[in-house]
Amino acid sequence: MVEHAEIRMVHRGGSKINFREPVITNDSRFLLCAAGESVNVYSTSTEEYVHDLQGHTDLVTGVVLNPSNHLQVYSCSADGTVRLWDFTDAILIKTFIIGYPIYSIYVSEKHGGVVFLVVPMADYKSSGKNKLFQLVAVHLPHSGDQEVEARELSAVLCDVSPHAGAASFGREVCVSGMKKGAKNAFTCVSCHPKEDCIATGHEDGKIRMWRNFNQKKEYTYSTLHWHHGAVNTLCFTPEGTNLLSGGIESVLVHWHYTQENQKDFLPRLGAAITHIAVSPDGSLFSTSHSDNKITIIQSCVKVSAVIQGLVKGDGVWTNLIIDPRSKALVLNGKPGHLQFYSLHRDKQLYNLEIVQQEYIHEEGLDQFEVVNAAFDARGNWLATVEERRKKGAELEITLKLWAYDELTQSFVLNTTVTAPHEDQITAMFFSPSPETTMLVTTSLDGHFKAWLLADHSDANEGFWACDFVGGYHLLKPGCCSFSADGSLLSVGFQEVVTVWSPASWELLTTLSQPPGAIRDLCFGRLSCSKYLLGASTKNQLCCWNLLTCSLEWSTPMDVSLLQADPLSENMAAFCSQSGSSDLFVFKPSEPRPLYSQKALCTGKVQHAVFAPRDQMLESCEERTQWLNRSQLYFFTQHMDLLTFSTKTEEDRLLASSKQLMVDDSVAVTPFYLLLGKHRGQQLEKQEALTNPMAERTQLPQGSIAIKELLHTPAHVLPSASFLCAMFVRSLLISSSSTIYSVLCCSTFGSEYSLDSSWVLRYMLGTPVFGEFLQILSSSVRLDGERCCTAIFRSLQRCLIRFKSGLWLRHSRTFRDLSRSQSCVFLAVCLGLLSCCKVTLRPSLRSWALWSRFSSRISVLCSVHLSFDPD
Amino acid sequence: MGEFKVHRVRFFDYMPTAIRAMAFNAHTERLALARMDGSVEIFNFTDHYFQEKVIPGKDSRSIESLCWVGGRLFSAGLNGEIAEYDLENLRPKYSLEAYGGPIWTIISNTQGTQLAIGCEDGTVKLFEVLEEHIQFERNLDRQKGRIISLSWHPSGTHIAAGMMDMIRVFDVPTGHAVQRLLVDRGFGGSKSRETVVWSVAFLSDHTVVSGDSAGKVQVWDGHTGTLVKTHLVTKWDVLALSVSKDESSVVAGTSEGTVIQFQFIAPTLHQQQGKEWVRTRTFKNHTHDVRALAEIETAIVSGGMDTHLVVRPLLEKFDEKSHASGLRKIHFPHRNLVSCAKKVGLLLFQFPGQLELWRLGDSDGHGKPGDRLPLERMPEKLLLLKRKGEDHICCSALSSCGGWLAYSTVSCVRIYRLQTDNNNISITKVSKLPKALHSAHQLCFSSDSSKMFAASSQSSVLVIALTQSECKYVHTLKPKSGSRQPIHLMTTSVDGKWLAAANSDCEIHVYNLQKLKLHCIVPVYGSCPSAMGIHPTTNNLTVVHADQQVNTIISQLYLLQDWSRKLQKQGLHNVWLDRDTPVTHVTFNSKNPNQVVLHDMHMFCIIDQSLPLPDQKTQFYNQMTLRSLSEQERPSHLHAFKICKTFQDLLCVSLLDDQSLVVVERPLLAITSQLPAPVRQKKFAT
Repeated sequence: MVEHAEIRMVHRGGSKINFREPVITNDSRFLLCAAGESVNVYSTSTEEYVHDLQGHTDLVTGVVLNPSNHLQVYSCSADGTVRLWDFTDAILIKTFIIGYPIYSIYVSEKHGGVVFLVVPMADYKSSGKNKLFQLVAVHLPHSGDQEVEARELSAVLCDVSPHAGAASFGREVCVSGMKKGAKNAFTCVSCHPKEDCIATGHEDGKIRMWRNFNQKKEYTYSTLHWHHGAVNTLCFTPEGTNLLSGGIESVLVHWHYTQENQKDFLPRLGAAITHIAVSPDGSLFSTSHSDNKITIIQSCVKVSAVIQGLVKGDGVWTNLIIDPRSKALVLNGKPGHLQFYSLHRDKQLYNLEIVQQEYIHEEGLDQFEVVNAAFDARGNWLATVEERRKKGAELEITLKLWAYDELTQSFVLNTTVTAPHEDQITAMFFSPSPETTMLVTTSLDGHFKAWLLADHSDANEGFWACDFVGGYHLLKPGCCSFSADGSLLSVGFQEVVTVWSPASWELLTTLSQPPGAIRDLCFGRLSCSKYLLGASTKNQLCCWNLLTCSLEWSTPMDVSLLQADPLSENMAAFCSQSGSSDLFVFKPSEPRPLYSQKALCTGKVQHAVFAPRDQMLESCEERTQWLNRSQLYFFTQHMDLLTFSTKTEEDRLLASSKQLMVDDSVAVTPFYLLLGKHRGQQLEKQEALTNPMAERTQLPQGSIAIKELLHTPAHVLPSASFLCAMFVRSLLISSSSTIYSVLCCSTFGSEYSLDSSWVLRYMLGTPVFGEFLQILSSSVRLDGERCCTAIFRSLQRCLIRFKSGLWLRHSRTFRDLSRSQSCVFLAVCLGLLSCCKVTLRPSLRSWALWSRFSSRISVLCSVHLSFDPD
Repeated sequence: MGEFKVHRVRFFDYMPTAIRAMAFNAHTERLALARMDGSVEIFNFTDHYFQEKVIPGKDSRSIESLCWVGGRLFSAGLNGEIAEYDLENLRPKYSLEAYGGPIWTIISNTQGTQLAIGCEDGTVKLFEVLEEHIQFERNLDRQKGRIISLSWHPSGTHIAAGMMDMIRVFDVPTGHAVQRLLVDRGFGGSKSRETVVWSVAFLSDHTVVSGDSAGKVQVWDGHTGTLVKTHLVTKWDVLALSVSKDESSVVAGTSEGTVIQFQFIAPTLHQQQGKEWVRTRTFKNHTHDVRALAEIETAIVSGGMDTHLVVRPLLEKFDEKSHASGLRKIHFPHRNLVSCAKKVGLLLFQFPGQLELWRLGDSDGHGKPGDRLPLERMPEKLLLLKRKGEDHICCSALSSCGGWLAYSTVSCVRIYRLQTDNNNISITKVSKLPKALHSAHQLCFSSDSSKMFAASSQSSVLVIALTQSECKYVHTLKPKSGSRQPIHLMTTSVDGKWLAAANSDCEIHVYNLQKLKLHCIVPVYGSCPSAMGIHPTTNNLTVVHADQQVNTIISQLYLLQDWSRKLQKQGLHNVWLDRDTPVTHVTFNSKNPNQVVLHDMHMFCIIDQSLPLPDQKTQFYNQMTLRSLSEQERPSHLHAFKICKTFQDLLCVSLLDDQSLVVVERPLLAITSQLPAPVRQKKFAT
């Protein structure tokens, strides 16, 4: 599959985390869930991605805790292996090769060393729709080897459903659900942990509790009915006192085991519940939702954390867009929302509600859907189109324009245009020219419209209005594109490409290359901006030279998607050929592709985008050069988000992740990670310096101080001010190395100010500190006295909050936080210093200010830092 | 099948009354059922739930509770009387004033030696059951408040009594109350209202189960008087409880129309300790209050305000799907309430309190099959005859010429002479009746209206000669077998020669009316006859039994007719046997002697004896398929049973002499719509 050894196609996040039931570890600190080809480990308290267990080569289909060792976990995969992991350190302990694709895995405490797997029946190779599956028991052989073959399968049950909820372990028996034809078909099954009672969920929304089942057919059952749709999942709490159930209603129903009339609800969970998992001590529940989300619920009443993956709804109608501000990927999210998804972090940043109507959780309803979205070049404006198509009724379209609000850091609705066009809107783009903000929409009603921000002198905010309506011989426009400077607009009217001047709305020229309607249009960038590329339905890719208004070249290929890199001349064209997609990366000026990849994936690639990189790669190899500035992301048919990466880049990533590796079982908090990174940098620094300064105090001493800080409970530590002095001293070795310390600080600072998601994360986990950081990061932009006073005030507020014990409610987070309470202070101070360093210019006034400020800090921390303002 | 002009009659406003109480006799497998109007019905559960006997009600009688002692049936009601029933003559044997105000409940101990009643004044009275009578024995300690429900401990030493807000446990030998179990009141607004313990059950391990008006089913420890478990079952009342024979299951009937089962189950398998009462299944077969419940060996029997009796089999007691494992609803009585004067087109409808005489409409129109014909003359109610006295009408008859009308109550028989000339109708009561004719279980006129037959006690039949001026006792036909059971079916032949009478012992006697003596006893078949008729030309007797068997007997020879023998050999089609309502009427087509017309509640059927019998593989309901087939193919698909389901909820199907069919329907929806409103229930999405 991989032609070029140096460029690899990699899964870059966005995988389904709701595919199978997650597992909560015994100490309730981690949540493990199958995510694509790996198992992700999340922290349950901070909802943070900790690390992943990588090794499987196909979809992971099940994760279960090892019943004999609670620090280990089994995972099974469609690649035919069961792997045993140490999940705290992400170490693969063993691989058992089964040899058949595995669909789910079950273990029982009663059966040590045996796992139960669902595999296809022997003739699994005959790939028909109605495959048969069987439940088999596998004795895992004891062996010292890393890879063990375990091919002794003993069949337990035939004809089971491959669905993971279809089997469950009871006290003594194993039950497995079958498919049944009637309306009361089983959907899921769960066994009571202590009593012989089986709960089954049914398609008609009923739950049946079966008791007294044995060979003599004396079974009896009672029926519980609340759900109006099918019961998706059932789960007993470990004590067996409660039964949890969930379905499309997105309400977690909490049945009391002995008093079935009494039930509690946790409503408004956002999306249909697909799986429920309970921690072994019963304190935490987790519900997986159909919008690729895992919710962690504390004691059945409070949603304490939400782990949100890339939402893959019914489809991506908006193309993939990159938000110019946050560099986040923007696409359809929850119904009626746009999601902003950070590609680098594989995390959803936030959802923007577009439709602003209540979503009704029921199948078969026609609801408003966001079908188009576009950002202007600077990310100040967002345009969205939503439509609702009822069968036999008129199409309802709304165009909404959103302005970016600096204060709230989000988009605010500016203009709503109902029925902007009479028919579906096919394309929508903002003009990239810096002078005007213009939006162009093309629609199947035969017109394209240009929308301009109408300036109103009396109101401080303008609104959008239609400026120009254009058409061409009543043909239906299918696509449009602006040239890179915004001076030209090309609109594809079926077979004809028209080029307009947006300044005068003059039809400059028409280009046509029959036959075939134009499907995609794209202007070249930078040095190739004189070229216009068009892809037609009749397997033609044409390139026109706009200077000569003639066809430069054309090539027969079935281009399904044409995408231009905004930062370079490169273009990517996805071609679909005989059921699979090929990729060509090329420059319009050169007929030779820079990079080509045959048989990328099966099916058509419909969505792709070039995402700009944070840091430029400095690869000089010709083949990989096109990846230097931006990265190409695309969705396959099965909605997997894939990207291309080079080997060097991966190595770099791997190295950085190793740096962040946690060495012991201390809870992984952001602070801990931060400190670890910091220490690592220190180490590197030390190596780099190769001890030119012999008088430097030994580092072990410093690390002891850190260890002491981290491992001693907060209540036995001396006062923070005392410790801080010691700690800072251990770090700031001599007065000459203060620049170094400032450097460290500035890394802190830049860490925070550049990466707003870090801040966000802290805000959620630790409100007090988060607040401070928010002020801190915002105050970077302020200057002068306001800055200092704001920082100092917030610092004081933080201190008061700490003292008042407001954080007590967040005990889980703060248990760790209090441990490193003094580190917090340190980080705060250092961060402050760096800020001041960055913002204050060496002027007389600022010097005076600074001396005042630094004296306050010194009072606070009892640390005298010898600091040179230069 | 043939084409008929059909009189579709929907003006018979038959309204059954609500079921109030139930008692099951496990020995004889008979279920006694009391309705609100005071009538008692006996169902034979061994014989396909056939309604064997009906004891007509009485205005002043109200039955709150029924109780079997051996084969004797006792009832008690709010009129303060205890009554015992004479099941052979279908009337109360005697009734006894209990002097405790209205009686809410009556029970007997397992030994069958004592009866206990719960009275409004708070006393539990014990009666001794004697050979022919019952006798007051003593009172238990009198309590404040009424005694609503009683349950006797199987050992006979204790009685649990459900009262207002509490349950008392009495020690029977001393008569003192030993336990006082306080029942909580309902929540919210009903807090101020007293909780009525509608039903209690005393189990042999001294567990008391109670159902109350706050919607709870509670399990108590009878030794210590402590509450073991509360099941909140409904927002309304739990009205009835019934315990299975092995005490492993309790069913509770609620005002919502649900029946909820509780089972005594060990939480883990293979372990008998620590069993507890767990709520299991919920059955919803009623729309209104479930007032009466009985859990029998294989089924749960329930009845209530919505007037029908439901037999819900417990599927786990059956090994495979069979006839007995189907749900059964009994809506209509298993006997005829409609008499039809075939010659003149008159219908007589029998209500408990009155008789209605209607003249059928008339139409000259012609049309295609399935068309509605325009009416030239509307059907007309000619007569409304109210009964005299308190006793309800138990049977009635109309002569085929429409000239005579007779009805009987428990206490008297009345015969009327009807004269109809065009629009005038005159009715004259026949004043002098023979002394022997004081009550009848069944009445029947000969086809020439010269005689009337009245089924009397001990299976005897009185023959009364009718002339214009008087009626005269002629003879009493007595069976040889000496059966004492009442006759529930009677039919005469058209030529006036034969009379057949069937009684509850499943015996059918055929009398020769010319010789006025018993001609033969038809060989006794194990199932009760539910309908019979004598063929007008061949004089063969066709009998349909409660188990759906159809037999035709050549009367003179005591023999089964050839067709019938063939049927016996081949067996009836399973679809026919699986029908759950008995055939209640048999008539013949005088034009085509091969055709027998019969009907049950859901269909009517013409058996054409000239056609081949269906075997198990043939499609039984094939009228639609036949219609779609071509003329050539049709004969190969024909079979003897031609079934029409166009008409539903049938009370009577009869062929008039002018070859038009009278179909009397009583749609169940019409009955439901006349019921009082059910309790309000929250329905999803309302």
